[in-house]
Amino acid sequence: MSRTAQAVDPIPIAVPPRLRVPDTARRIVRNPVAAISLAFICVVVLAAVFAPVLSPYDPIGSSIDTFARPSLAHPMGTDDLGRDVATRVIWGSRTSLYVSLLSVALGIFGGATIGLVSGFIGGAFDLIVQRGIDSMLAFPGIVLAMALVAVLGISTTNALIAIAIVIIPGTSRVVRSTVLVTKANVYIEAAVTIGASGQRVMLRHVLPNVMAPILILISAYLGNAILIEAALSFLGLSTQAPEPSWGLMLSGTGRRYMETAPWLAIFPGLAISFTVLAFNMLGDVVRDVLDPRLRGT
Amino acid sequence: MGGYLLRRLLAAIPSLLLVSLAVSALVRLVPGDVVMARLAEGGYVTPEVLAKMRESLGIDRPFLVQYLDWGSHLLRGDFGKSLWTAEPVLPRILTSVGVSAQIAIMAILLSVVIAIPLGVLSASHRESPIDYGARLFAITGLSLPDFWIATMLILVLTLWVGWLPEFRFVAIWRDPSTNLQTTIFPAAIVGYRFSAITARMMRSTMLEVLREDYIRTARAKGLRDRAVLYRHALRNAIIPVLTVIGGQIGVLLGGLVVIETVFSLPGMGRLIFDSVTRRDYPLLQGVVMLIAAFYIVVNLLIDVAYAAIDPRIRYH
Repeated sequence: MSRTAQAVDPIPIAVPPRLRVPDTARRIVRNPVAAISLAFICVVVLAAVFAPVLSPYDPIGSSIDTFARPSLAHPMGTDDLGRDVATRVIWGSRTSLYVSLLSVALGIFGGATIGLVSGFIGGAFDLIVQRGIDSMLAFPGIVLAMALVAVLGISTTNALIAIAIVIIPGTSRVVRSTVLVTKANVYIEAAVTIGASGQRVMLRHVLPNVMAPILILISAYLGNAILIEAALSFLGLSTQAPEPSWGLMLSGTGRRYMETAPWLAIFPGLAISFTVLAFNMLGDVVRDVLDPRLRGT
Repeated sequence: MGGYLLRRLLAAIPSLLLVSLAVSALVRLVPGDVVMARLAEGGYVTPEVLAKMRESLGIDRPFLVQYLDWGSHLLRGDFGKSLWTAEPVLPRILTSVGVSAQIAIMAILLSVVIAIPLGVLSASHRESPIDYGARLFAITGLSLPDFWIATMLILVLTLWVGWLPEFRFVAIWRDPSTNLQTTIFPAAIVGYRFSAITARMMRSTMLEVLREDYIRTARAKGLRDRAVLYRHALRNAIIPVLTVIGGQIGVLLGGLVVIETVFSLPGMGRLIFDSVTRRDYPLLQGVVMLIAAFYIVVNLLIDVAYAAIDPRIRYH
């Protein structure tokens, strides 16, 4: 935002304007950081989709060629069972993306619905829901996820559900506060006055205002979900051996044979780091584009 | 102020009740119990003996009876005994709190020292190499998994330095040098992550404040840049940053589980992890109640700190 525009409009807008998709998308892709991040994410997505075609070896079957150093035949070396690390890193992207995309979709949908309804209805309902959200927020995300997996049972899908539940409280808080600001607008009062039903006001007049913060939340949580899944795998609470997963590769063989075969720990870690970095950098650009308070910063 | 504090503390009672009921119910929903968890370590026992063990531990009683029994003892300050080791719960928890608190305090101190100047510099030199460098430092800190950094650090130390820190935790008052060896690396890794979060927050609040009229006034008066930045801008910009730092204190309560696992530290994260896998109900319930109470107190202190820093904020 230029200096003159600011002088004309000195009141900081707490609620971002309505989301205009083509315009927003163009502004995001034009940013070089976002473009590079998106390109990298596309590579990871393609690797996950075409894993069976791309990977030259079997991700699970063992061979006699154990602990081979990185070479042309095995660009990332082989592990204790002679499995090609590169193949397992490619297959591992499936686990990470599956958990991340689905848990964020579920968690954002759940959190946004709770925040929208709770903020819109208000009153005693809002108060009770918010106390529940408070008690969930009291625990660090990883602890909540750990406890949920313990209740649900250890599996990749249950880790996914646990991460989705971890995403709910923060999301609902952000959405609720946007709803509260939006509700104070005159056009909402006008819509109620001309006889629009509560449901119509909520979905047609309030919801569009919430879309921008939701998009910011999605982009912020995608990388985080990968990190939480990796941490759960690392603790043995997500994907189970022999399935390929980045976190599991690091915690099991990666750490046990760290000194003799460091490539077992280096490559899965790099895969997690670069993927999360790409999601986070893209998320930053999305936030800059959508959050008018930060515009021009 | 006194009335405000009292009302806030009273409002915490329903939250604590809810948490206590929820955790007691949830932990019993976890399949299996402490007797089965112990059996998983090997051995064969007849069902009659299992029933006897459950009876002597009191976990065969109906849920509400167990809950009320535990709750009434808790109100009298008795946290009960661990089902796994039969040692009193409270001292066990306090030991772990000490370990995690030490790591968290060291990490927060480190992060504040790094992040606040970095955030201020990043904002005051916007779009300069300093800003880009600081932002890259921050976003990398948010993206690298802490257990991977830890693994790489240990790898570098063993392969290139040929030296490894002690992995057996000793309390700081027993043996300060061994204690620092075991805590310095985890604290540095956690501190890096914290400083990434804090520096980003510091930068964005600083940018907002730097646009304010009173900053222009201060510059117009002819104040030096340093005075404007640190005396006028920082004071206002730091308030939201305090919330972030306060939130990091909450992380010491279990949020360090991964780093504690890597460095074999007997902290809160490990305690929670073990009490869940062992179905040690009183231990887990005690931990969770302390976390919830702590969280409420910390949030209250943060609100009070706001009022101390910003005289416009007053509580009634």
